[in-house]
Amino acid sequence: MTTIDDYVARVEGTCGAEKDVIVVFKYEKKDEAIANILKKAIVKNKIAGIILELTFQDTSFRLYSSGKAIFRSIKNREELNTLLAALLL
Amino acid sequence: MEATDLYEKSRERIGKFINATDSSEVIFVRGTTEAINLVAYSWGLNSLGKGDEVLVSLLEHHSNIVPWEIMAKLKGFTIKYAKVNSDGTLDYDDFESKLCSKTKIACLSQVSNVTGVINDVKRIGKVAHDNGALMLVDGAQSVPHMKVDVQDLNMDFLAFSGHKMLGPTGIGVFFGKKEVLEKMPPFMGGGEMIKEVVLSPNQGQCSVSWNELPWKFEAGTPNIAGAIGLGAAVEYLEDLGMDNVLSHEKALTEYAIERMKECGKTTVYGPNSLSKKLGIIPFGVKGLSSHDVALFFDNYGIMMRSGYHCAQPLHQVFKLESSARASLYIYNTKSEVDRFIEILKEFEQL
Repeated sequence: MTTIDDYVARVEGTCGAEKDVIVVFKYEKKDEAIANILKKAIVKNKIAGIILELTFQDTSFRLYSSGKAIFRSIKNREELNTLLAALLL
Repeated sequence: MEATDLYEKSRERIGKFINATDSSEVIFVRGTTEAINLVAYSWGLNSLGKGDEVLVSLLEHHSNIVPWEIMAKLKGFTIKYAKVNSDGTLDYDDFESKLCSKTKIACLSQVSNVTGVINDVKRIGKVAHDNGALMLVDGAQSVPHMKVDVQDLNMDFLAFSGHKMLGPTGIGVFFGKKEVLEKMPPFMGGGEMIKEVVLSPNQGQCSVSWNELPWKFEAGTPNIAGAIGLGAAVEYLEDLGMDNVLSHEKALTEYAIERMKECGKTTVYGPNSLSKKLGIIPFGVKGLSSHDVALFFDNYGIMMRSGYHCAQPLHQVFKLESSARASLYIYNTKSEVDRFIEILKEFEQL
C-alpha cells in the first residue's frame, strides 16, 4: 500500500518565528507527487513556471518545481500527515 | 606514521596561519561549537562560580550563548548580555560598561554570522584584560575571510570551523594561549589525552596524569583526514593571500548591496557602511517569508540560508521573524551577483 513516506524524503521545521514547514519530496518521486497534488489542490497563482500557490481544504501552500513545498500554520506533524495523505494518495 | 606526520604538519600550518606562538596552542575539534563548549566545560566548570559574570554580546550565534547558559545553571554565575545598535553593530559602550572585576570572560564573535558586522575584538580584549577577564573570540566567520592574528589581537581563545573555509566538515580549531591551556583540565577523557593511567598497589584506583598540550585536549582517535584536509584548505587560502580574499569579498559585497537597491521590495539589514562588514547580506522581501525566498532561489541553484541563522536573540532585537541571508566568498563572481539580482527582481513580482 502506498503511503506518504513513499513520496516524502523529509520534513523540515523552519527556525524563524513563522513556524513554516518545508516538505521535501523524494527526488525520484517528486514529479509524481507534484502531479498528484495538482489533481487535488486549486492553483491560485503560477509564478515563473517554478512556483505554484495552491489551496487545499482551507490550507494555502506553495509548491516548487524542485520538489519542495512550504506549508504555513500547521499545528503539528499529525495535521501535516493528514494533509499530505489527502494530497498525495 | 605518515598520517601522524601530516596531521601534525597541518597543526603547524594552521598555527602559523593564525600566528599562534606555538603549534601546541592549536587543538583540533569538531568545529566552533565544540571549541566553545570546550572552554565552557573545561575552563568554565573549574573557574566560574556564584558572584562571577560572563559577558556575551547579543549578536552571538547560539553556540556562544547556549554553552554559557548551561554552565550558568550548573555553577550559578551570571550571564550579562551586551547590546547591539539598531544597525546590528556592537554597542561598545554597553559592552565595556558591563565589563567589571566580576567578569571572568568576555565572549564575542569577530564577525556576526547574521549581518557580517566586524567587531573590534582587540579593543574589547584590552578592556577585558584590564578587568582581569579572559577574551574568547568566535572566529567562525572571520578566520575564513580575513587575516586573523591571535598575538596581535591578544586573544585568549579563538574558535573556528573547517567547513566555512573550504575545508571538510567535522573539523575545526580551538586555539588557546599556552599559559591558559596549561591551567585547564581536560575536556574529555580517553586515549591520547593521558600520559599514564597507573593502577594503585591495592588495585583500588587509578592515578591518571595528563598528556602535554595539545594532546591533553584531544581524547580518542582524532579526525586525521579532516585535520589534514583543513591544512590543505589553509594552504590554498595562504596561496591566494588573505588580503586578496578580503578585497575580493568586499568588492562583491559592495556591488551586491548597491544592486540590491534596485529591488524596491527588498530590505537589507545591518550597517550601511561596508568598512564595518564582510560578505554576509541578510535581507527580507516585503510580505514574503524568508523561507519562500530561500526556496525560490533554490530552484535556480542558488543556496542561501533562511530563518534565525542560529541567532534568535539578534532577530528579536531586530524585531524580525526571520531573515534570508546571501553569503559571498572567494568562489563567487560578479556575474553570479547579477544573476542573484535578476532572480530577486523576479521574486519581487510574487
